[in-house]
Amino acid sequence: MAQKMRLHRHSHPDHHPGVQLPVVVAVAVGGAAGACARYAAERLWPTGTFAFPWTILLINAVGCFLMGILMVTLKLRFPGAPRLISPLLGTGVLGGFTSFSHYTDNVRQLFDNHQPGYAVSYLVLTVAAALAAVTAGAFAAHFAFGRSYAAQGEAS
Amino acid sequence: MTDWLLVLAGGLVGAPLRYLLGVDAKFRLHSVFPWGTFAANAGAALVLGFVAEGATDGDLGNRLNLLLATGFCGALSTWSTFSYELLTLNSARRLGLAASYLLATVTAGVGLSFAGAAVARAVF
Repeated sequence: MAQKMRLHRHSHPDHHPGVQLPVVVAVAVGGAAGACARYAAERLWPTGTFAFPWTILLINAVGCFLMGILMVTLKLRFPGAPRLISPLLGTGVLGGFTSFSHYTDNVRQLFDNHQPGYAVSYLVLTVAAALAAVTAGAFAAHFAFGRSYAAQGEAS
Repeated sequence: MTDWLLVLAGGLVGAPLRYLLGVDAKFRLHSVFPWGTFAANAGAALVLGFVAEGATDGDLGNRLNLLLATGFCGALSTWSTFSYELLTLNSARRLGLAASYLLATVTAGVGLSFAGAAVARAVF
């Protein structure tokens, strides 16, 4: 991939965002820390194969809530923060802490274990919780820094 | 101790791979649709379905699960970035795109998880 990116940079020098090694390292370190935190939670609150996977659901909801707070806080309160903060904490720690693949595999296992009721409610509840959590986090940060939520109209 | 190192090692690789997929997709496709996160989540769902169904035996299976499932796939896939992208699309009044992104990711993820498990059952 690096080779292709290098070639592409030469052909489109204006569009290439560039892959910066410090950012990659920050994401890697953050991701490893986030994965370990998720593993710690799974060990603290294990859910068996046949139980409702509350631990992963809560991990994902909490991670989405914190992501909403983090991104809006960085944008509104610390626009001049060191450029590695967002990759380290957002893409890295929170990205590594939450897991979409654990979510889909839990759904699959619940179906395979003939618990379609659990499977469907877990499927829907996770989506609802994640969307509510990220919105609540972003809203809370907007509120804390005195900007109305509606003012956030631009796409990044 | 070894358990934690395995999760750590998987996370060290999974998270930057997701980041690189995002960067690559952005400048290759120039699309508002977050193809990088989509690919990371879909790919991780496939691999995790395979590993969870295939690596079930004893000590080696347990270690492969920690390295590949908990560490690598867990860090490669994400809900937090995914949900923030949905929020951003919604704020930009791209509600249709947000809904398609959500539906496509969940459908592909669950489908690929079953596919990965089916491949593991066929192989082992």
